[in-house]
Amino acid sequence: MHHPETLAVYCRGLTKTFGAGEMQVQALRGVDLEVHPGELLMLVGPSGCGKTTLISIIAGILHQDGGECILYGQDLRQFSKNERVVHRGQNVGFVFQLFNLVPTLTVAENTAIPLLINGLKMAEALARAKECLQEIGLKGREDSLPTQLSGGQQQRVAIARALVHNPRLVVCDEPTSALDHQTGRRVLEVLKSLAVSQDRALIIVTHDARIFEFADRIAHMDDGRIVDIKTNNRH
Amino acid sequence: MLSIALKMLFGDRGKYLGIITGIALASLIMIQQPGILISILSHTYSFISDINLPDIWVMDPKVKFIEDSKPLLDTQLYQVRGVQGVEWAMPLYKGQQRVRLDNGETVGSIVIGLDDATLIGGPAVMLQGRLADLRLPDSVIVNEDGASGRLAKPAATPGGKSIPLKIGDVLEINDKRATVVGIARGTPTFQSQPILYTTYTRAENYALSERKLLSFILVKAKAGESPEAVARRISRQTGLAAYTAEEFKDKSLEYFLNNTNILVNFGFVVIIGFIVGAAVTGQIFYNFTLDNLRYFGVYKAMGTTDRLLLRMIMLQALIVGFIGFGLGAGICGVFAAATLHSNDLTMHLNWQLLLGSGTAVLLIVVLAALFSIRKVLKLEPAEVFKG
Ligand SMILES: Nc1ncnc2c1ncn2[C@@H]1O[C@H](COP(=O)(O)OP(=O)(O)OP(=O)(O)O)[C@@H](O)[C@H]1O
Ligand SMILES: [Mg+2]
Repeated sequence: MHHPETLAVYCRGLTKTFGAGEMQVQALRGVDLEVHPGELLMLVGPSGCGKTTLISIIAGILHQDGGECILYGQDLRQFSKNERVVHRGQNVGFVFQLFNLVPTLTVAENTAIPLLINGLKMAEALARAKECLQEIGLKGREDSLPTQLSGGQQQRVAIARALVHNPRLVVCDEPTSALDHQTGRRVLEVLKSLAVSQDRALIIVTHDARIFEFADRIAHMDDGRIVDIKTNNRH
Repeated sequence: MLSIALKMLFGDRGKYLGIITGIALASLIMIQQPGILISILSHTYSFISDINLPDIWVMDPKVKFIEDSKPLLDTQLYQVRGVQGVEWAMPLYKGQQRVRLDNGETVGSIVIGLDDATLIGGPAVMLQGRLADLRLPDSVIVNEDGASGRLAKPAATPGGKSIPLKIGDVLEINDKRATVVGIARGTPTFQSQPILYTTYTRAENYALSERKLLSFILVKAKAGESPEAVARRISRQTGLAAYTAEEFKDKSLEYFLNNTNILVNFGFVVIIGFIVGAAVTGQIFYNFTLDNLRYFGVYKAMGTTDRLLLRMIMLQALIVGFIGFGLGAGICGVFAAATLHSNDLTMHLNWQLLLGSGTAVLLIVVLAALFSIRKVLKLEPAEVFKG
């Protein structure tokens, strides 16, 4: 077993229950998971099995009821609420199913947000956002509004936004399910080529079997547990 | 992130303009209504403030306010002159007379009779002619608003502009000739009646029916004597009512406020303005936050602290408050300037009024922001993954 500090994510016995009494739902029933730096892990499983709940806890936006979740050797529970927020701002990038780009902000401004949250000045943040957009193939669209872009382009902006502050963990929840197959594949190609790096781990929740080939490992969840982890032997 | 907050605000043009308009209207109402009220109220005692020479006004004890008058006896004037600490005491006649115009129409006007020798109590600012010309036979001085208003001659052609009175025009007061020798500036009286100044003797002559004419005795206290002390002494020794100018203004104002619903009426409009302003603006602002809740959630997930979120929303609220209030106050300023010399509706604008309404607007936007902030702070960041 790897020591937690050399791991990007180390989860042991994670549990999470929503609601109380009759309405109680046990979303996680003891999840064990390890994700390595430089790895692209896909999380798959039937609807309601707890995938979103799991990545929410790993990303630090939700608290587990029990078990351990350690990020690069750090247990978020040792932090104050405010420290956790700041930690998240520095270390985690998010990609959402519905892009969640702010419609009143330009593409460059949207991309710059994580940098602004981390305290960069607007001018510098925009400059770095534009570099990032160029890398992702959106040069020339920096000053467009999100609604002026196609779905695939919008998701690429969202990816740029998730990577612009160079986080050590990127979580994506169904990043391709709002896109057609071709576009979804291209978005995954972009993610794979830009997001994966030696000191970053990528967790992608997906239903989309057509993008499984991009994964290094695929974790199958069912009913609040990880039931199976396969290394992808596509090579 | 603060400039991002502003971009979000300005980017939602419809809501932004809605909020600004709401606040501008609320500020407009909250400044304009009290402004008009103050202006109206100042008219209730403008006659006292326009005559700035005397320190003390002496009158019959039954007089309740400036428009009221109960004649005094001439002997009472001499009594007042005999009180210690009185530098001088002059008679002032103030009464209603009917003034007949060229075309035979009569207009109820206020005739002021000034001490023949000193003309004390005369208008401070002459626009045409000189105060001293009142010593000419049959002469009267008319206030500006009367001259261009109710005493103006009808237009030569129907629908044309009426012709203001000018020096040399002749009027009739109770069938007696009155020649205009000057036009004076004066705050319009509450009922906007024309004011005609003349000498005390001539006023006696114009007002045939009344036997006793002495309405007020204007008193100057000797240097070194406090007007209050002299006023008290006059009351004690003569049995008349004696007030300093300030006291008389307050008394007139108080009488007016106690005998009308004006404060309640205006207060009601102001409160409605505040409530509607708060409700409308608060509602739109809150909706604006709700529209952006998803994005606030995204910011939150991405590591924006509660403190920063609070500052973002507070900034948005303060900016709309500032711009809206600026607009409202600006419109009021234009209105105040435009009506400065108008006959009827004028409006008073002072810093207290701006401070008061500014504070009310601040309250509105801070309240609106607090509701929004509460909503955003309660937001679970994990909600961002929900579709
Ligand atoms: N905030 C919540 N309150 C109550 N129940 C919740 C909440 N979030 C999730 N659940 C429940 O927990 C279970 C797991 O939900 P989760 O969203 O993690 O599933 P999922 O695997 O992401 O499903 P999907 O593929 O449909 O997105 C579900 O039964 C869901 O109804
Ligand atoms: Mg989900």
